[in-house]
Amino acid sequence: MSVKYALLGLLAEQPKYGHQLRQEFEEKTGDVWPLNVGQVYTTLQRLERDGLVESDEVDSEGPQKRFRITVAGERELADWLMTPFDLTVPPRDELVIKVLVALDIPGVDVRNVLQIHRRYVVELMQQWTRLKDDEGQYDFRLALVVDAELFRLDSVIRWLDAVDGRLKRRASETRAVSTDIPILRRRLAVRK
Amino acid sequence: MSLLEFHQVSKTYGTGANEVHAVADIELEVDRGSLIAVMGPSGSGKSTLLTIAGSLEEPTSGEVFIDGESLQEMSHNDKARLRRRTVGYVFQEFNLLAGLTAVENVSLPLELDGVSAKKSRLAGMTVLEELGLADRATRYPDELSGGERQRVAIARAVIGGRHLLLADEPSGALDQANGEAVMRMLLSACKTGVAAVVVTHDAQLASWADRVVFLRDGRIVDQTVSPPSAESLLQAGPQS
Repeated sequence: MSVKYALLGLLAEQPKYGHQLRQEFEEKTGDVWPLNVGQVYTTLQRLERDGLVESDEVDSEGPQKRFRITVAGERELADWLMTPFDLTVPPRDELVIKVLVALDIPGVDVRNVLQIHRRYVVELMQQWTRLKDDEGQYDFRLALVVDAELFRLDSVIRWLDAVDGRLKRRASETRAVSTDIPILRRRLAVRK
Repeated sequence: MSLLEFHQVSKTYGTGANEVHAVADIELEVDRGSLIAVMGPSGSGKSTLLTIAGSLEEPTSGEVFIDGESLQEMSHNDKARLRRRTVGYVFQEFNLLAGLTAVENVSLPLELDGVSAKKSRLAGMTVLEELGLADRATRYPDELSGGERQRVAIARAVIGGRHLLLADEPSGALDQANGEAVMRMLLSACKTGVAAVVVTHDAQLASWADRVVFLRDGRIVDQTVSPPSAESLLQAGPQS
């Protein structure tokens, strides 16, 4: 979905050729999202069909076709930029589902499930952080992508930590409840 | 030989029913030039591990070696000397003395160790220069930003060739950019041969480390293995 808008964004600067769009897309996303030429052309065809871009009449043969954004395309792009996308429905998160399932399986130590995922995520974060290590070669756009990944992975760690904390509190409350009952009864007795 | 070694280190507070195992059976080796992060929730024993490494607390059992020397066999004076000359601490609250300038704060450990005021100041300036803080040398702590204060605190921790750096949530009070600057400084200190142990609950900070050790209920339950090169991430991105 965002490829469509990324291409519109690139064309908003000036008319461009298909292969040029592919190259600029990769450069501008910090080389993190590879894009194949076929994907660029099918997206362009759809954009053209919908009247959001148009191609050069003069030079309409083969891969050398040049594309430019239309007024409708500019409007579509502006709408996309200014409209928040839908975050109301929680995504189907495999890790959340995994932990919820693990809670009910006899003999499974959920804390080990959490730790295996925690280590994996921290190792991934170490790799992303290494990209920051060499500041000289650190491109501004790549920095934004790396930040986004680190914050996303960090939120996974925070959730794992929160689950750990809740499990621990639940375990101690369960223990406490069994010893607290006589005290509660005593209190009730006093009230009577 | 590792700079810092823990062998079967345990620390217990209280006795009988009130016995609490702050840390248990810790095995840990930290080499010169490496940055180790210890991650774990509050109460998992992170700070105890650090105070034992810095000889501020004695383990109930097990052995700790620094530079190959057993802390257990050291006299009180030997340990005090070790703390003055080998170990540097960085805390969350910076702990700079408000009445001293940055360079005076940084050179204080040398002066306390009997080095002349002039030589100490010179060494202080050198460290501040190395860490890119030379222009802050004559400022007082309240004239520095939070990030700068913490970087001055790191300069103080490594002055005089001290090569075991122990940091407890060193960027806990800082924003992301300053936290990152602090971690970069710790890394550059490591490149000069310092061994650093950072305890934190913050995964973003921990991810600067060469190795991350996970602590739970006083025990090391897991640690990261050396990750593959970062370049692999750039090839593996999603297609849309």
